[in-house]
Amino acid sequence: MNANGAVVRAVDLMRRYGEGEAAVDALRGVSLEVQPRELVAVMGPSGSGKSTLMHILAGLDKPTSGDVEIAGENIGKMDDSDLTKLRRRHVGFVFQFFNLLPMLTAEENVVLPLSIAGEDPDKGWMDELLGKTGLKDRRKHRPSELSGGQQQRVAIARALVSRPAIVFADEPTGNLDSKTSGEILELMRDSVDAFGQTTVMVTHDPRAAAIADRVLFLADGLIVEQRKDITAADVVSLMQSLDS
Amino acid sequence: MLRVALKGLAGRKLRALLTGLAIVLGVAMVSGTYVLTDTLKAGFNQIFTSVYKSTDAVITGKSAVGNGNNGNNAPSFSESLLSKVEKLPGVAEADGGVADQAQLVGRNGKVISNGFSPGLAFSVHPNGDQHFNPLVLTAGTWPNGPHQIAIDKSTADKKHYSVGQTIGAVARGPVQQYTISGIVKLGSVSSIGGATMAIFDLPTAQKLFNKVGRYDEIDVAAKPGVSPAKLVSEIKPILPPATQVRSGAGQAASQVKDASDFTGVLQKFLLAFGGIALFVGIFVIANTLSITIAQRAREFGTLRTLGATRRQVRVSVILEGFVIGVVASVIGLFLGLGLAKGLEALFTSFGIDLPHGNTIFATRTIIVSLLVGTIVTVLASLMPAMRATRVEPIAAVREGVLPPSRLARFGVPVAVAVLAVALVLLLVGGLDTSLSGGQRLLAIGVGVIASFIGMAFAAPHLVPWLASWLGWVGARTGGVSGRLARDNAMRNPARTASTAAALMIGLALVTAVGVLASGIKTTFEHAVDSQFLGNYALTSQNGFTPTGVASENAVKHVSGVVDVSGVRAGDGRVRGSHVSVTGVEPNVGKVIAITWKKGGPSVPAALGANGAFISTSYAKDHNLAVGSQFPLEVPTGAVIPLTVKGIFKAPSGGSPFGNVTISTSLFDRVYQAPQNVYAFVDMTGGVTPANTAKLNNALASFPDAKLQTESQFKKQQESGINVFLNLLYVLLSLSIVVSLFGIVNTLVLSVFERTRELGMLRAVGMTRRQTRRMIRHESVVTALIGAALGIPLGVGLAILVGEALGSFTIAIPWGTLIVFVIAAIIAGLIAAIFPARRAARLNVLQALQYE
Repeated sequence: MNANGAVVRAVDLMRRYGEGEAAVDALRGVSLEVQPRELVAVMGPSGSGKSTLMHILAGLDKPTSGDVEIAGENIGKMDDSDLTKLRRRHVGFVFQFFNLLPMLTAEENVVLPLSIAGEDPDKGWMDELLGKTGLKDRRKHRPSELSGGQQQRVAIARALVSRPAIVFADEPTGNLDSKTSGEILELMRDSVDAFGQTTVMVTHDPRAAAIADRVLFLADGLIVEQRKDITAADVVSLMQSLDS
Repeated sequence: MLRVALKGLAGRKLRALLTGLAIVLGVAMVSGTYVLTDTLKAGFNQIFTSVYKSTDAVITGKSAVGNGNNGNNAPSFSESLLSKVEKLPGVAEADGGVADQAQLVGRNGKVISNGFSPGLAFSVHPNGDQHFNPLVLTAGTWPNGPHQIAIDKSTADKKHYSVGQTIGAVARGPVQQYTISGIVKLGSVSSIGGATMAIFDLPTAQKLFNKVGRYDEIDVAAKPGVSPAKLVSEIKPILPPATQVRSGAGQAASQVKDASDFTGVLQKFLLAFGGIALFVGIFVIANTLSITIAQRAREFGTLRTLGATRRQVRVSVILEGFVIGVVASVIGLFLGLGLAKGLEALFTSFGIDLPHGNTIFATRTIIVSLLVGTIVTVLASLMPAMRATRVEPIAAVREGVLPPSRLARFGVPVAVAVLAVALVLLLVGGLDTSLSGGQRLLAIGVGVIASFIGMAFAAPHLVPWLASWLGWVGARTGGVSGRLARDNAMRNPARTASTAAALMIGLALVTAVGVLASGIKTTFEHAVDSQFLGNYALTSQNGFTPTGVASENAVKHVSGVVDVSGVRAGDGRVRGSHVSVTGVEPNVGKVIAITWKKGGPSVPAALGANGAFISTSYAKDHNLAVGSQFPLEVPTGAVIPLTVKGIFKAPSGGSPFGNVTISTSLFDRVYQAPQNVYAFVDMTGGVTPANTAKLNNALASFPDAKLQTESQFKKQQESGINVFLNLLYVLLSLSIVVSLFGIVNTLVLSVFERTRELGMLRAVGMTRRQTRRMIRHESVVTALIGAALGIPLGVGLAILVGEALGSFTIAIPWGTLIVFVIAAIIAGLIAAIFPARRAARLNVLQALQYE
């Protein structure tokens, strides 16, 4: 943690793709901090730079200029191996398409990050996690035997298993029906409240924004709005105004 | 639609290349074989046309009993024939000469030899017009008198000899030193292979080869206006027995034919390995195309929704196979040019240095290579094409899952049926003695192919079990990478199975060859152990070329020597059928243990001038018993009446004796140039350094002879088997390389397919090193599955084929088999290099967004 306690801190991020005439500026100067136990939603129209921002904050991509600190470590000078280990220690991921390994059981998928790091799961924590995500009686099932919602629960448990400093969720409800989406969002909110899990979520879903502690709105590579305790209806009208 | 197929191909260059590689090597082997054998044939052609270019007719000795296995046994003939020939009206000029074998001996006292190549010797008339002499001097003069020699340029260059220096030569007697009078080469011939040449004047050569007053060859030139055919018909009536006349062109053609019989055999032998590589290639290509088609299910679905018929889909896949086949064949064709050089170097390194002319790139080579490569690829694309047609249009909007192959549903029954057919064929070929050798071989050949196909069908059902078992060590030691690798190998059993099946074929063949060779060697060793009574064996340097009897005689007088018996060998004929004849001393029973069925230890001493002992099988086949009489015809045409004195049982691992054995005294009287295949020596005190030194001292002037103890003798005699075995291993490794391409293909395509998965793994903390390890483990597991299928199959095949040959007992070479398993692991590691690197280098972000 750095001086003011932020889990992730970004200062004046610029990200440019391509060169010369064809260059596109995905981020044009974004600064932000994510505090512990905070659930931040990032919203914005397609091409606003929200995915780029998340990738940089998660250590998957590097900014063209600007600084990023994850769990107090500046990623600017890290090589691939350092970044991989940083992600392994401090970052959890939830993906739109779940990205579970089809040949592993639900439980094996959940402990995968620990396996990769060569660590053994703590039994108590596993039980708590599987209980919280409602997977207790699905431990031995393979992804093909699970519904979409159950698969995403496995993915969330996998993101939480290593107790990372921060979890990034990329459109976690993008591939789910409305009812299941609601359950998944509830689970995300729960994990923040119950485990104190700091989370950043990129989403299109106004309801997702509504459960967040704070919502950032991006447009054209800049943060154009920041709101706390916003309702789904507010989000919809705000998005409409940004789109126009 | 066709354009779509071609554009698609161009867009997937890497996949097309990987697919094609499997066929490139097989085609290269086919094309390389043709280039090599054509080039060799042209080389022989060049030599023989050059030798007889100014000769209208050639008179040579002719063995009355045909050509056997004991070298050039054409007898020489009296030189009185020459004056008779010269008096014929059509003859302008005639000249006689001697042609035999002599080995050059270098400054170190050792024979100058290039592996299995012969040491040729010829006579010249130093002062003649050299009209018939195909050799030309590159330096010095023709040898004149008993102390001069001319040698070939290639030996002179290699061993740094020049005119005026001294060199040794050894033939029938002890080594003698000669002054080099000249350096020669054969006309414009570019290479005579590894053969050496020693040229003497006629009297010297006649004396050296025990041919005083005799010729091996008379060259004749016709008067102007007399055709070679006319000349030949003039000569024919005056020929004595055991000689023949041919026109110069006819003689050249006959020798070219002998050579091309050899290149023909070589061609078939090498093409077989090309065929094996192509057979393996079919598996690899079919598998690679199946994977790419599975990955393109969405593309095919889209084409179907846009109105493409099943037929169009099928044609587009076959067309893709056709284009890959043509391109790969063209590459293979030209690669064959290089491979021909490689094969030649391979043979040379195994001591088989063959003459060669200019590289011949025949139209036949081009046509056959292109056709074979293209047809094989198209054949391999048929099954994947059928699968592609079964993609429903709905696949356009679904995650691309291909329905399983229709054949796969019948996998188990098909596998059992094919394996049963294979087993029946192998058993029939192996055990049914009522069939001809060719039929049995065909049954075995088809049985082997059927066993491969059957195993390939069975493999998908064995893979999950094998992978979990073989991947266990990796899973225990390789951490999460090892466990994921094992799971990956198991997740598409059909794919892993056909990848491993390709490797299985190569490994099965290598194993079968290794097990058979080990059986032959072990049986041979038992045979030697049971028969070798003496202390030492005396052979030629390479162990199988017969040597003069002088070295045997030299050893007889060494103090401490108790018994010596040479074993002479020659060809003969009894009542029209060929028989191998050996000659032994009366005391042979002291140095070789003989199992008598009829008669006893007194038989060899009682052979005399008309006795023989024969093998049990020969006695049975020809209805002979002790006291039976039979006529033996020898190469000079003489017929010797023999009486059976004893019958012995030859051990299965090989006998030093032929079917008919006579006394050396009779042998030396009726065979012109008697030679030993080996001699055995018994000494007081047995094998001691002092005895060895004494014998070697007596052999100092016989550098062509080699003194060996029993174990050295065994090793020496086995070295021939080992050379052939290693040659087979190298040639079979080609099909293993093809199957490695199969592993590379499968892994690369799996990496493509699992891109998003790899992205996730990297995102949640898998390092590049762990990623590489995961792919490597998967590759090794696949290779080990190939080994687990192939090695037992190979052992089984070897046992069946061994039963068919019947002449030896199978001994499983465990050490060699372990080496093969390790080789499979290494092969898996090598195959994984490129795919593992690709997987590790994936950009995490792009991989996560990959569809």
